[in-house]
Amino acid sequence: MDPIIANFIEENIVPKFNYWIYVILMMIGLYAMITKNNLIKKLIGMAIFQTAIILFYVSIGVKEDGGIPIISHHGPDHHQETEAHSEAGSENLKHNIIDKDKYANPLPHVLMLTAIVVGVSTLGLALAISQRIHKSFGTLEEDEILNKLRPGGHD
Amino acid sequence: MTEHFPILILLVPLFGALIVVLLGRERPEQCWVTSLVSLGISSIISLFTIIVVFSDKVQTIRYRMGGWEPEANGYEVGIELRVDILAALVVFAVTFVGFVNTIYSKTRAEAEVQGKVPFFYALIQLLIVGLCGIVMTNDAFNLYVLIEITSLTSYALIAMGNRRAVLSSFNYVIMGTIGASFYLLGVGYLYIKTGTLNIDDIRMVLGNDNLWEHQSIVVAFIFIMLGVWTKMAFFPLHGWLPNAYAYAPSMTGTFMAPLMTKVMVYVMIRVMLWLFGYEFVYSGQHVWKELIIWMSVLAIVAGSLLALARTDIKKMLTYLIVAEVGYMVGGAWLGNVTGQAGAFYHILSDAAMTFCLFIAASIIVLRVGDSRVNAFDNLFRKMPLTMIGFTVGALSMIGLPPTCGFFSKWYLISGGIEAGQWEYVCALIFSSLVNAIIFFRIFERAYFGKIAGVKEDLSPSDSDANPDTGIKEVPWSMLVPLFIASGFVLLLGIMNRTLFEWIQTALEVMNT
Amino acid sequence: MIEFSIIPLFTWLVSLLAVPAILLFRKRPDAREGITFLAAFLKLGMIFMMLPLIREGKILHFQFGEILPGIPIEFRVDGLGMLFALVASSLWILTTLYAVGYMRGLKEHDQTRFFACFAISLSATIGVAFAGNLLTLYIFYEILSLSTYPLVTHHGDKAARTGGRTYLSHLLGTSIAFVLPAMIYCYWKSGADINFTDGAFLDGKIGSSDGLIVLLAFTLGFAKSGLMPFHSWLPNAMVAPTPVSALLHAVAVVKVGVFCVLRVFTGVFGTDFLQKLDVGTVITYIAAFTIIVSSLIALTQDNLKRRLAFSTIGQLAYIVLGVSFLSSNGVTGSMMHIAMHAFGKITLFFCAGAIFVASGKKYISQMVGLGRQMPITMIAFLIGSLSIIGLPPFGGAWSKWYLFLGALDADQTAMAIVLVISSLLNIAYLLPIPVNALFRSPPQKGKKGSDAGIKEAPLACLIPLCITALAGLLFFLFPGLGFELAELITK
Repeated sequence: MDPIIANFIEENIVPKFNYWIYVILMMIGLYAMITKNNLIKKLIGMAIFQTAIILFYVSIGVKEDGGIPIISHHGPDHHQETEAHSEAGSENLKHNIIDKDKYANPLPHVLMLTAIVVGVSTLGLALAISQRIHKSFGTLEEDEILNKLRPGGHD
Repeated sequence: MTEHFPILILLVPLFGALIVVLLGRERPEQCWVTSLVSLGISSIISLFTIIVVFSDKVQTIRYRMGGWEPEANGYEVGIELRVDILAALVVFAVTFVGFVNTIYSKTRAEAEVQGKVPFFYALIQLLIVGLCGIVMTNDAFNLYVLIEITSLTSYALIAMGNRRAVLSSFNYVIMGTIGASFYLLGVGYLYIKTGTLNIDDIRMVLGNDNLWEHQSIVVAFIFIMLGVWTKMAFFPLHGWLPNAYAYAPSMTGTFMAPLMTKVMVYVMIRVMLWLFGYEFVYSGQHVWKELIIWMSVLAIVAGSLLALARTDIKKMLTYLIVAEVGYMVGGAWLGNVTGQAGAFYHILSDAAMTFCLFIAASIIVLRVGDSRVNAFDNLFRKMPLTMIGFTVGALSMIGLPPTCGFFSKWYLISGGIEAGQWEYVCALIFSSLVNAIIFFRIFERAYFGKIAGVKEDLSPSDSDANPDTGIKEVPWSMLVPLFIASGFVLLLGIMNRTLFEWIQTALEVMNT
Repeated sequence: MIEFSIIPLFTWLVSLLAVPAILLFRKRPDAREGITFLAAFLKLGMIFMMLPLIREGKILHFQFGEILPGIPIEFRVDGLGMLFALVASSLWILTTLYAVGYMRGLKEHDQTRFFACFAISLSATIGVAFAGNLLTLYIFYEILSLSTYPLVTHHGDKAARTGGRTYLSHLLGTSIAFVLPAMIYCYWKSGADINFTDGAFLDGKIGSSDGLIVLLAFTLGFAKSGLMPFHSWLPNAMVAPTPVSALLHAVAVVKVGVFCVLRVFTGVFGTDFLQKLDVGTVITYIAAFTIIVSSLIALTQDNLKRRLAFSTIGQLAYIVLGVSFLSSNGVTGSMMHIAMHAFGKITLFFCAGAIFVASGKKYISQMVGLGRQMPITMIAFLIGSLSIIGLPPFGGAWSKWYLFLGALDADQTAMAIVLVISSLLNIAYLLPIPVNALFRSPPQKGKKGSDAGIKEAPLACLIPLCITALAGLLFFLFPGLGFELAELITK
């Protein structure tokens, strides 16, 4: 492989591959939303678009060697305060003993729960709207709909 | 009690929405009263909030949802509501327009969305919750959620109209989702660099760690701006707006046209001054300041010309909104307090005059049954009261004293001169002139009727009776909102100095 | 020196308060016109109440509200405002009397609207005359444009609408496009002070090139002054009924335009400061061009009212010319000419209207020999013409004299020549009308529409025009008041 390309991949793509994936997904979604003629395909694009952003958020919470952000006082693994725990667990818990590097950042994940809800409801609503469009126009192809509007309508 | 005002403003319509849906099955006729009461309470609370915020002791109300106290190092944990004088003014505008619009919808809801009346009232209250939340929240992610709440409700509200409305609602879904997603993306980048979502904290971290020049912050800013612009229909991104507002059920259009874009302008000012800060936004090394002012010039000119080319009255008004958005974006970007405060004052005054014009236009379209400009023939004789309301709104759009439109133009032009941005000043004046043409074209028809018109009878005692048609004034439930709106157009004009001083003081803090 | 007084407010308010009453009595024309007269006399009375105070050199002052930071709605009566208010309100009485005769004589429609708009525009005129700051001036200027629009388009037919469209687009367009930004610029430049109170507020605060732009923006922006190239609204507005033309040309509108220009020169910049900036000459040339060109156009017009309209454009340019000399004689001449031209031109318009009411004639070529049937009207026309041309023993002579002196003071010999040439042109386009009417016999009879049945116009039309014609004579004999008021400004 050409050393320049290899270098580029090593420096810019491998360490940031999550960003590249989300950007590619987002572009696919955006492309579908803008260019597709069929309304349902537009919505599929929209879903991909939103999922890309969810992926982005979820990926930024991940840490190397980080586990699930659940503090278990009974399980031994991923819990570095075991030695302190036996004496005065509840007291020490208040102090800064939890090693945040061992856990994935939970906040982006929590945020994405909300974003997923928002995305689902948007999609649901959009599908309901396209159902109504189908009922009144008899088609879901954008050009056909516009054709039907042309003779009577203005703009 | 007063410290709970912010949340009460949100909760009252929220529960109102629930009650309306529950009531709707049994007693649909009570939906109107219920939402009127809930929005009335909400707007009274927001009026009191203005008073509380303005009394010297409490300049800013901060309300921590769920009682989450900040961490020891000062960073917020939970979601915070934050109401200063600017937020209080916009919240009052939102709730009050909602209240007045509910009066207007008394007869129209039954006629235009048969069978879905409870849902209409529920959605409009949810929309108000969302808009108020947008204005008050101090949490960047929460802002996204609230933006989506308003968007979802407005998609549904618009889709209640005819088949064209459904189609434009679909386009709005696509554009709106892109906009909101861009915003979300921007917040993500901010979160990566700062690790917090509270707007004040983000600003603090940016300042402490001196992150201004970092690329991701610049990217975040651009994404957030693009998202907000899409939502506010800034010129090249305005495609969804005209059809959506023009074809929506009339009482939906009258509510959304004055508020949705304006609240997003407020968000833009918030993002610019509170989230990123003066020194980042207007600093010399970014080329965007000049560029955006030129874009706003383009928006103003294009919006005005597109409006001039429409013959459909509602379409025309929607394009005027596009031009007005250009006013506000330009004003906010001038980089001086006068311009920012002018843009903010224009949020309020534009809300008042757009509300006024949309109600008047809806009434006229309803009575005449024709939405083209020739619907206005002889209307000064047939519907004098409606036309008085329309005239007040139109004069304000043109920018003639003593209406509020004159003063917002005054402040914006002052800001433009102060910043030396002559192209923006010229664009404002151009738009005033075009507005004058647009509205005097209508006045002429409304005053004299058709060109071919034979002179009316020459009796020396000219009677005001109109012999020819059955077109009459609409019921009080539609005229009262019109007069409240036009009253506010004048009131804001007369009170402009006080308001402007409040706004200026609040903004000056952020410009140092 | 400056004295608080509530009379300016009432002077402004009285005609405004007449409007609801006029609307209330729309079914009873006599009561309606009675109210108009009452308001007109009250207004004139109040102005006369203020006159002695002003002559003592006092300045009356009243203000309320603060619409912009540092800028209240402010009334302030000084010599210039007094002179203008005096002219406008005394002519309002005569115009009302005339309008009653004219409108009833022609059985016009919508007379209530007519009188109501008339009262509003008078109120706005007084507002302009007494305006104590630029914003107040601007507000009333705009109200005047809007309230005269229904008067100009009174007939509502196609011609009226086209005229109205030109009227409004010129007046509103220029005021928004030029005056508004210039005013905001002044506001910004002078540090939120656009009051006329302490002399000229821009004095020493602006550079030469900026000053020229601002001055041009104001002078052209107040397009009511009819300077070319924004003059074409005036001939187009001639479609209106004659009392409206009188209002436009003599009482209110055009005079408001030149009044605003005078205010800009004296109150915004100050003549001394303008001299320092050396920017007055541009305006001088524009005005001189307007004088000559409009007089030449007037020569070619056969429609009497259109000819008078172009004559007005020229006469207004005299006023602007006078003030642009930046000398006290020039300003005095300008102020005098506001009054003299008002009385002269209103006489001519009253005559034109009287001829139209009595005979239905609009064109000058039809009026040959008409003096036999309408001697009073035509003699009045002759007097009015002579006064406008500026021949003694009529009032116009004084103002022309001072304008001429102003030109010499400013070393503008070319302008003195322009004044002479244009006076000759005035003679050429005005005098033939009454001379032909009085001294030539009418063309061969037998043609369609014999003139035999024509009589003088109704008394309500005749009395005002006789009064104004006589006033032209009196002003020559007693010009003292005008000079006195002018001195208050130029000293």
